[in-house]
This record gives sequence, structure tokens and C-alpha cells, in this order.
Amino acid sequence: MTNYNFGQALLDSLVGLLVVFFALVLLMCIIKIMTAVGDSREKKRAAAAPAAEAAPVAAAPAAPAAKLAPGVAGEVKLYDTDPRTAAMLMAIVADELKTPINELRFISIREIKEEA
Amino acid sequence: MQHILETLGRLGSTSGFTTMTWQQALMIVIACVLLYLGLVKKFEPLLLVGIAFGALLTNLPGSNMYHPEMWDAYIAGTMGVGQIIHEGGLLDILYIGVKSGLYPSLIFMGVGAMTDFGPLIANPKSLLLGAAAQFGIFAAFLMALGIFGFEPNVAASIGIIGGADGPTAIWLTSKLAPNYLAPIAIAAYSYMALIPLIQPPVMRLLTTKEEREIKMEQLRPVSKTQKVLFPIIVTIFVCLLLPSVAPLLGCLMLGNLFKECGLTDRLSDTAQNALMNIVTIFLSTSVGATAVAERFLAPRTLFIIILGLIAFEFATIGGLLLGKLMCKLSGGKINPLIGSAGVSAVPMAARVSQLEGARANPSNFLLMHAMGPNVAGVIGSAVAAGFLLAVFGG
Repeated sequence: MTNYNFGQALLDSLVGLLVVFFALVLLMCIIKIMTAVGDSREKKRAAAAPAAEAAPVAAAPAAPAAKLAPGVAGEVKLYDTDPRTAAMLMAIVADELKTPINELRFISIREIKEEA
Repeated sequence: MQHILETLGRLGSTSGFTTMTWQQALMIVIACVLLYLGLVKKFEPLLLVGIAFGALLTNLPGSNMYHPEMWDAYIAGTMGVGQIIHEGGLLDILYIGVKSGLYPSLIFMGVGAMTDFGPLIANPKSLLLGAAAQFGIFAAFLMALGIFGFEPNVAASIGIIGGADGPTAIWLTSKLAPNYLAPIAIAAYSYMALIPLIQPPVMRLLTTKEEREIKMEQLRPVSKTQKVLFPIIVTIFVCLLLPSVAPLLGCLMLGNLFKECGLTDRLSDTAQNALMNIVTIFLSTSVGATAVAERFLAPRTLFIIILGLIAFEFATIGGLLLGKLMCKLSGGKINPLIGSAGVSAVPMAARVSQLEGARANPSNFLLMHAMGPNVAGVIGSAVAAGFLLAVFGG
């Protein structure tokens, strides 16, 4: 690299940035394809499910659905979080926002782990 | 009586107090300042305390724990690793793991085992922000070469500070410019700790209040299959594209596969705890040991510290500018603040995006959106390091 000049460095930097973009755009395309394949499989499974339900084999008496408490507005998905912590977090958020908890909609709670 | 005096005289003549040079004394002061920053100011203490203590040990006269001349001979090909193990000190032996690239790769395995790529898979466009933030690497590389007159391989190692990723910076520098390992590692880790001070002024300067207030839509859920396939696919495609990045990226993705497959919890736990802790001790002390007075105390160290800051700022600018462009193109659906999280520094940079977003609009929660570019930045900086190694490593 004895005769390496600024012009070459500029060109290498441009190529380097393009390589980074190319690699990550490639990954982006792969993730999109992976998601599309996953979604189509999910749709097929969902379409197959009602057909199976409609079949006469599914004659077992269905358990009566438990009655929901007043104000219930969906389910919170918990990832790496125990229900006790989730309940505390929802209470804290409601308190911080000064909003009644039944007016808030929690979709999921996930623990973010510290990384080095 | 005379024998006692002779013994004391001998002790005195071999004592570090009598043989210490002013440069070594200054390095001991610098090591103590770094210890203060790590222990009191809590600047990345897990790494900085070890680095500072390694610098302290290596500059104690007569300690013979690290011999830079042996590593010069190793690079020149006149000394082998076997001879270094036989004749070197404790820190020389630990340094073999840095020189071979073992420690940074194992640290990456632990990082992979702790990283959730879910936000990235849910919003693949974040990969673009992770790529744009690597602009800082190449901007600092050009400045180091054109303005400060560093050699190309050293300039490349300085540039990688902009990747805001300690293991990547150490991995590349140990291969391209081992004599500059200590200042580059110290600059990388110090600025990572200072991200909450470095980024916000640039973020506020480059974005309008309206942009910072933008609320983003909830991310879609990601299936377990996608999370398991992701590390395998990334390893295959990126390592085929750029084989030189395989040790770093391969270990990152292996650690992530341990985490996501659900069948190797024990391995995932070891990678992110016991193994990571052991390697961190070895890595930090041996990197600190390279801060030998006669090499560290040079104007170039100061230039590296300045260039490191420039690299971080340009990385932030790169991510923010693409964030603004994506905001415009999406009709205001993307908050440009998540762009600055593309500089890696997981999860600190994502937290800064969250804080700035919440400052503009208290009901704004950008953290999960910023985690996408944040982990994309880890992949992006590894790819950039692989590119620089491929160009300047020959």
C-alpha cells in the first residue's frame, strides 16, 4: 500500500459503503421473502382450519366459553415477563399517564435484556 | 549490618520507584483516570475497568507482564507463538486470544445470545438505517488518511471506531494495526459510553420537532420459525458475500441461534453469561496491556481520540439523514430519530432515540422501532470491518 493515494481511498470508501448497503439490502429481501412465505403458509393453515371444523368428525361437545369480566379488551402477549411483573408495569404506565387502566390497550410486554 | 544494607540497596535498585520513567508515571496516572471513569462515572465499567487495569499493570516497571517487542517480532515473522508462551509474561499469553481474533468472536457469540432480532425481522427496512450509519466509518477513514496522514491500514482501524462496536474495532485493529489497539479500543468504548451526550445535539440539529414527534405503528409479531431461520440465512448469505467477516458474524449468529432455537438454553446461558464474562476479563486486560508508555504517549493517540468522535458524529448523521429520507418517502410514517440508532452501541443508541422521541412527545415509544436499526448496525459494522480487512489485510 505504498502508493495508496486519497483518490483511491475515496473510491474504496464508496465501494465499501456500497458493499455494506448491498449486503443489508440482500438481507432485507431475504427477510421479506421469508415473511411472505410464512404469511402464505399461515393463510393456508387458516383456510384449512374452518374446513376441518365444518367436518362431521368435530362433533365433540364444545366446552362453554368462560364469561369475560366487564371491561376486558383483549389479551396481552408476554415475552420473558411473568404475569406479576406485567401487572405491575401496566399499573405503573396507567399511573404515569394518569389514565384509567381500562382505557389503555396493552398489546405485548417484552423484557429488553442488557447487552455488552 | 552491611549485609542488610546490601540487600536493601539491591531491593532499591530493582524497585519500580527508582527505575520508573516519567512516561511510565504518566501512564499510571492515565490508567487511574480511566479507572475513575469506569468505576465512578460508570463509563462502560465492564470493559473500561479491565482495560485501565491492564494499562496499569503493563506500565509498572519490571512487571514484565507484556512485551510489545515480542509481538513486533511475531509480526515480522522472527518469533512464533510457542516462543512467546515460553518467554512472555502473563499478559502476553492472554494477548494471543486478541491477536488470533478469538476473544472478539466469542464476545460476539455472547452478544448474539443476548440479541433479539425480532424488531429487525418485523421491519426489514431498518437494515437500510443500519447500513447508512456506517457512513461514519468511511468518513473517519478518509479524514485519518487525508488530513492526519495515517497509513491506510491504521486509518481503516481508526475508521471502524465509527461502527460503535468494541469487539469489531478490536478484531479489525488487532489484524491491521496492532500497535494502535489500546487507543482505538479506549476511544471506541469511551465514546460508546458517551452516546447519550454525543448523539442528542446532532439529532436535534438535523430533525424538526414535527419529525421527532412522529408516532410509529406497532411492529408486527414475528414467528419463532422466522427467528430461528434468520441467523442461519444471514450466516450463509453474508459470509458467502464477504468471507473475511465469517469469524465475527458466524459467532454472532451462532449465539443467536442458541437463544432462538429453544433447545440449547444451557449453551445460550453459558454464551451470554459465564463465557462472556471470562472472555471480557481476558480481552479487556490484554487490550489495556498494549497501552505501553513509549507507544501510547504520542500525538497520534490524541488524533485517534479526535477522529473517534468524528466517526461517531458522522455515523449518527448518516443514520439520521437516511431516516429523514425514509420519513419523507413513507409520508411521515417513520420517525427519523430511529436512524441514529443504526450506529450499533446496543442498546444505548436505541435508548437515546427513545428518550429524544419521548422528549418531543411524551406518549411516543420508539424503543422497539429503534432496536431494528440498532441490531442492523451490528451486522453493518461487521460487514464494513470484513470489507476493510479484505482491502487492507493483504
